[in-house]
Amino acid sequence: MLTHEEILSRLRERFPDAVLEVPEGMIDFTIVIAPQAWHDVALFLRDELGYDFLTNVTAVDWPDRFEVVYHLYGVQAGHPLLTIKLPVTDKENPTVPSVVDVWRSADFQEREEYDLMGIRFEGHPNLKRIMMWEGYEGHPLRKDFQNRTFTYAELEPSRKATPDW
Amino acid sequence: MSVQIPPTERLRTDTIEINMGPHHPSTHGVFRMVLTLDGETVVDLEPRFGYLHRGIEKTAEERTYVQNVPFTDRLDYICGITNNWAYALALEKLAGIEVPERAEYIRVILGELTRVMNHMLAIGFLWNDLGATTFTPVVYAFRERERILDLIEMAAGSRMMPSYIRAGGVVADLPEEFMPRLQKLVPHLKRFIDEMDTMLTKNEIFRARAVGVGVLKAKDAINAGITGPVLRASGVKYDIRKADSYSIYDRFDFEVPVHTAGDVYARYLQRLAEARQSLRIIEQAMRDIPEGPVTSLPYKQLSRLKPPKGEAYGRIESPKGELGFYLVSDGSNKPYRFRIRSTSLLNLTLLREMCLGHKVADVVTILGSIDITLGDVDR
Repeated sequence: MLTHEEILSRLRERFPDAVLEVPEGMIDFTIVIAPQAWHDVALFLRDELGYDFLTNVTAVDWPDRFEVVYHLYGVQAGHPLLTIKLPVTDKENPTVPSVVDVWRSADFQEREEYDLMGIRFEGHPNLKRIMMWEGYEGHPLRKDFQNRTFTYAELEPSRKATPDW
Repeated sequence: MSVQIPPTERLRTDTIEINMGPHHPSTHGVFRMVLTLDGETVVDLEPRFGYLHRGIEKTAEERTYVQNVPFTDRLDYICGITNNWAYALALEKLAGIEVPERAEYIRVILGELTRVMNHMLAIGFLWNDLGATTFTPVVYAFRERERILDLIEMAAGSRMMPSYIRAGGVVADLPEEFMPRLQKLVPHLKRFIDEMDTMLTKNEIFRARAVGVGVLKAKDAINAGITGPVLRASGVKYDIRKADSYSIYDRFDFEVPVHTAGDVYARYLQRLAEARQSLRIIEQAMRDIPEGPVTSLPYKQLSRLKPPKGEAYGRIESPKGELGFYLVSDGSNKPYRFRIRSTSLLNLTLLREMCLGHKVADVVTILGSIDITLGDVDR
């Protein structure tokens, strides 16, 4: 089991520019990584530090940025939770490298974040919508997505606008 | 005029593509697989999801923390209790809430009962998918499930959608009749598991259909985020109750069973073995349960709960594997981000690899042995 300082020092030694920040006062130990370095860091975490289990991939829509969040454990090495965050400041066209070739568990989850949050995972072999249907526009989990009620006419064009009950 | 075919030329065949689902009885809900077949052999498989997507993650952002509890029931609708538990655990971590002793014991008892129920049902459905025994095991499994659901109804007031475990404890104390009923039920369930074991394990048809089918290697399973009985049947001794102990699981004496073959048969044996261990835990919890309060956070406080700014990931060993909740709070009474780390979706990651080279009938068996719930896959 590695201590937090060990993880940080080994990461900083190998990738001097990758670690952007280590936020204070977090419940779970978190490291903020530069998105462009993420794929190399991921390989390093898996092969040399023993984080062989990527459990959760998700994204958070903040007013000024997107944050892609990864939760890692080491199953064989018995490592506790490590949270990795990638800040994506480009709100128009958010892109981060895919890690499907590092951890296969990212496959469906990256597709889900692409579908619902609109984050492009560069290098994903099959990046298409997973929950919403093909041809759907917009990304429902974004904060600027407007929830609305569908009318009868939209759902079933052949049906009358007001049913004659 | 007849067509002349040279006798030496071999018959050329093409692959066909068929849709299995969304309304196929073996898909346990609404799940579609696009199969490419060469004769009867699967050469490609692509799972398609989303038929049961209800947008729970989005809906939850507009409701308060306590209003979101009923949504968790509807994820994996076979095991509502453990879903509630995972959400409560994440919220307790986020807001720093303590849980009274008695509530922890109640959680363990109901959670392990849910595990027994889920594993019995999974075995029953696996047999149903095999089609070998004209429905018998699943009917027996449903009969026993109803006895367990009676107990959950006693405690929570609802069979399948309990909303019983909330941050800070449980909703209400167990009624007086609960413990005597449970004491009778546990030996009964033990006998029932033995009965299933004798009835099914050595069945020749079952072994022919299950041994060596859908083999999953340990390393691939870890890499693909597969958890729960499917992972342990591949030989990885990883149970969150032991590895990342939560609640009071460190007080109980139980083992983590492991099987190494990684095929459908090993997953079946794994579930039987785990159900037995769960009953062991329930027996110890029944013996040790103390008196006292069942919640540290009365409803009036819980409904106004405003966790401090921050984020937390909480996870438990649900009957199907790791169920996690990632909650982000911006200091208001509603979650800023409500992420569900689904068990069933991740367990499906390697479905294609497991099925390649097998016959169509084996796809049904393999899917049955993974034990998914579509409410959990699509959310």
